[in-house]
Amino acid sequence: MSTATVNPVPPAGRVPPRVVDPAAAVARTRPRPSAAEAVSQTLSMAWRALKKMRRNPEQFFDVTLQPLLFTAMFAYVFGGAISGNVRGYLPLMIPGIVAQTVLTTCMSSGVQLREDMDKGVFDRFKALPIARIAPLAGPMIADLVRYLIAAGLTFVMGLIIGYRPGGGVPGVLGAIALAIFTGWSIAWVFTWVGTIARNARSVQGFSMLILFPLTFLSNAFVPVRTLPSGLAAFVKINPVSHLVSATRDLANHAAISGEVGWTLLAGLVVIAVFAPLSVRSYRRHL
Amino acid sequence: MTATAAIDAAGLVKTFGGLRAVDGIDLDVRQGEIFGVLGPNGAGKTTTLKMLATLLPIDAGQARVFGVDVAREPHRVRQLLGVTGQYASVDEDLTATENLWLFGRLQGLRSADARAAARRLLGQFGLEDAADKPIAQFSGGMRRRLDLAASLITRPPLIFLDEPTTGLDPRTRGQMWDTIRGLVADGCTVLLTTQYLDEADQLADRIAVIDHGRKVAEGTPEELKTSVGDSALQLRLAPDADTGLARQVVRRVTGAEPVLTPESGRMNVPLDTPDQAADVLIGFRQAGVTVISVSVAKPTLDEVFLAITGHGTGQAGDPDAAGPAAAERPPLEVK
Repeated sequence: MSTATVNPVPPAGRVPPRVVDPAAAVARTRPRPSAAEAVSQTLSMAWRALKKMRRNPEQFFDVTLQPLLFTAMFAYVFGGAISGNVRGYLPLMIPGIVAQTVLTTCMSSGVQLREDMDKGVFDRFKALPIARIAPLAGPMIADLVRYLIAAGLTFVMGLIIGYRPGGGVPGVLGAIALAIFTGWSIAWVFTWVGTIARNARSVQGFSMLILFPLTFLSNAFVPVRTLPSGLAAFVKINPVSHLVSATRDLANHAAISGEVGWTLLAGLVVIAVFAPLSVRSYRRHL
Repeated sequence: MTATAAIDAAGLVKTFGGLRAVDGIDLDVRQGEIFGVLGPNGAGKTTTLKMLATLLPIDAGQARVFGVDVAREPHRVRQLLGVTGQYASVDEDLTATENLWLFGRLQGLRSADARAAARRLLGQFGLEDAADKPIAQFSGGMRRRLDLAASLITRPPLIFLDEPTTGLDPRTRGQMWDTIRGLVADGCTVLLTTQYLDEADQLADRIAVIDHGRKVAEGTPEELKTSVGDSALQLRLAPDADTGLARQVVRRVTGAEPVLTPESGRMNVPLDTPDQAADVLIGFRQAGVTVISVSVAKPTLDEVFLAITGHGTGQAGDPDAAGPAAAERPPLEVK
């Protein structure tokens, strides 16, 4: 290992150049990051998150194993009971699993953000002149890959066990795109939870508490008409039900229904509320 | 010509719960100097630094960095600062090159420029062999250097170094000192915190001594040292020795006031030269004061503290230190 020679001796007769000029540096400063800078910084943070994913492949366990296992398990366990046979259950169930896996995936964005925030490098991010949203939004952009894997694999697994989506390729692609968008927008809720919770473990616990009832008290796995009336009322207003219905409309009928519209709108509302909340609470951690 | 002060802070206060971790600190750091903030653990050094670096809100008082208000224009202040903390704040999952490239990109360098800056800094800090190794394989000294390199990518005019050599071996420590001097030669201003008097002595043009969130002394290393003497004679008097008489002897021989340490019978005598020790001992012998043990040592931070504040730094179980030590925990935990 060589020694650190920071200041090489300048050639004789020359004054070492002063590379740092405070007055010029002050003149160069800008009061806030521009939108273009914020985008570029977010992309840099996304690059970092993708690198980390590639180096820690175990992060992909949930988005690969869950779609494969849950699809097979639910199909063979409930298929006969609910729809008479496995094949008949698949058009009902596959969109439900898509919604469920995508939601579980966005829960882990909150957990991972929290773990990241507790690391030393986040102190440096805070001290850098960067848009405050970049360290939050960057990893979420990278997470799009995870939603794509989760939604895509569920469909692939469905195809293997006999699912033949009536919407054809465009319908399925539309369903995947919708699932990714919804997952990304709902991830802002968990990002916010990540910024307010004390540690990663409590993010996990709190998120499970939200997610579990939302996914199971929906039409993801059973037809609503089989439910008692009180529960059915909740299931109908549950946003997850809208996502599931919209995914079904797209995948099974290639239909851009009102459910699709509602789901998109709900996603936008969630972003509009929770993105600013997250940035605000993240700032307060400074 | 009077240049704008690099740091101009007045009455800084930070309260965690009921504890005033920083209790009205003024700092005036001139451009191009190395300013040392010296104090024991929990004195409020890191908290002060974090407020100036926009990492913690300032509860009261105000601070300006090159004339830019820290509380009102944090984004501008961040563009003028490089911050290197006590614990290396680089990304463990990325390589050294990737870390520097990322920090360069985040600060607006183009990809090629960021790569060039990364290569330049890795060369400058003797890390080129480790450029593509994961940080997990780095030694403590290498991490520190990488951390400092990461603070220098955009050549900020003011560098904060929070205990830059704590935990480093002597050789790496010397390298770090050279590096810090090099920064100033380049035109940077450096604010560093340290627990070591000799580090402040080696590096700093001026030093502020911080204790319990307050500034208790300020001056050049020379000024500080003369207040405690160039070295100190540490004595233990016999149980039946006359402490008052011993005091008189010391005053007569050295012209300085001895410091009685909390343990009974122990006495520290500041000396201008180690040679004076003999004069003091001869004086004791002539006056009939019996001494049990004698040693001559360079003044330690503890003695500077003892001399300035009248109490120790707490490293040896001083009850005073128990409270403020809590103040320098990371702010996330002190909600």
